[in-house]
Amino acid sequence: MAGGRVVKGIRFQGLRDVGDPVELGAAYSDAGADELVFLDVKATLEGRATLVVLVTHVAERLAIPFTVGGGVRSAEDGEELLAAGADKVAVNSAALERPELVTELASRLGSQAVVVAIDAEGGQVRSRAGTTETGRGAVEWAREAEARGAGEILLTSIDADGTRAGYDLELTSAVAEAVNVPVIASGGAGNAQHVADALGVAQAALLASILHEDPERLASLRDELRALGVLAR
Amino acid sequence: MRVAICEYGAGNIRSVQIAFKRLGAELVDSVYDADLAVLPGVGSARSAMDGLHTRGHDIALRARFVANRPILGICLGLQLALEETEEDGGVTGLGLLPGRAVRLQEGRVPRMGWADVDGRGVFYFAHSYAAETPCATAWSEGVVAEARFGSFFGCQFHPEKSGELGAHYLEEALASLSLV
Repeated sequence: MAGGRVVKGIRFQGLRDVGDPVELGAAYSDAGADELVFLDVKATLEGRATLVVLVTHVAERLAIPFTVGGGVRSAEDGEELLAAGADKVAVNSAALERPELVTELASRLGSQAVVVAIDAEGGQVRSRAGTTETGRGAVEWAREAEARGAGEILLTSIDADGTRAGYDLELTSAVAEAVNVPVIASGGAGNAQHVADALGVAQAALLASILHEDPERLASLRDELRALGVLAR
Repeated sequence: MRVAICEYGAGNIRSVQIAFKRLGAELVDSVYDADLAVLPGVGSARSAMDGLHTRGHDIALRARFVANRPILGICLGLQLALEETEEDGGVTGLGLLPGRAVRLQEGRVPRMGWADVDGRGVFYFAHSYAAETPCATAWSEGVVAEARFGSFFGCQFHPEKSGELGAHYLEEALASLSLV
């Protein structure tokens, strides 16, 4: 999300408007999504908090887990999002600047509500929507995030993002092997086989571009994944 | 049906509120007087017990239990109903349900995601501790998924986050408690 709309780019560049977050969220929930992730990708860059009111409206339409991130800088920000109807809070840039934030969120909200989102390019972590180098390796940061109380790692490969050429399996398996918390693979989904491959190394797979283009694709993807034997429900 | 959702200052009670409103419940404040008291579950055991105590909900819930009035515990709400939990270095629970909550030892922890419950369908779980109780009524991958004792009814998964099946489960739970 950016500017209150759902947007999507390629390798974090050229964000295109793809729809209304409340409508798309409800459509995905109804079409059988297992979980919804909202990332307000401009929040940190624009120096503001996540759009809480929007979270409130989306939550009303969902009956599935709802993760919200973007601009979370304190445990209070996290509490506000949960009070608005999020089930989990994702942190990224602020946790890289001040890793204690992960522990503060975990002790206040419980680890199961704390997702550390990692954006990586060439195995190296970048912050502020991919604009800034951090000098940290993705595997090392994932390990630290787990030690500090993260309940889940949302791992996005900037290299693969929006390309639809498949997830970055090398990066994903390296991170998933390094931690004992669940890892969500993100970036690069183009078809059901890609998702099945990602689920071979990670515990969940995030989809964006291919669904935003055609929200009804989710139902057929679920059928294809069921045929591949990788769906729980 | 009047439902009181025990607020204890942590976690997401809004999704539980939304789920019960969808079922046509009227949300009320009084934990003792409501037709059903719901002990929702997110956050950590110690802060949740402290929050319940500060608000007097622990006393109201025990009084309800003694009066055989229905209580539904979800996730941490199930664990808090036990005699004790290992979480946070050991926390005394409400003692409504025999047994204790212990840290999960197998697989990735937290255990997050959709999992089968005794072939009755796939529900959403998000937990690091699980109940050990003689009162288990359903299991999921070796973990207690549901337990009942007296007027207490608890589930480890989140029916409010488990789509249509979850809503159906809540309806059936209410029916079994003679609330609909």
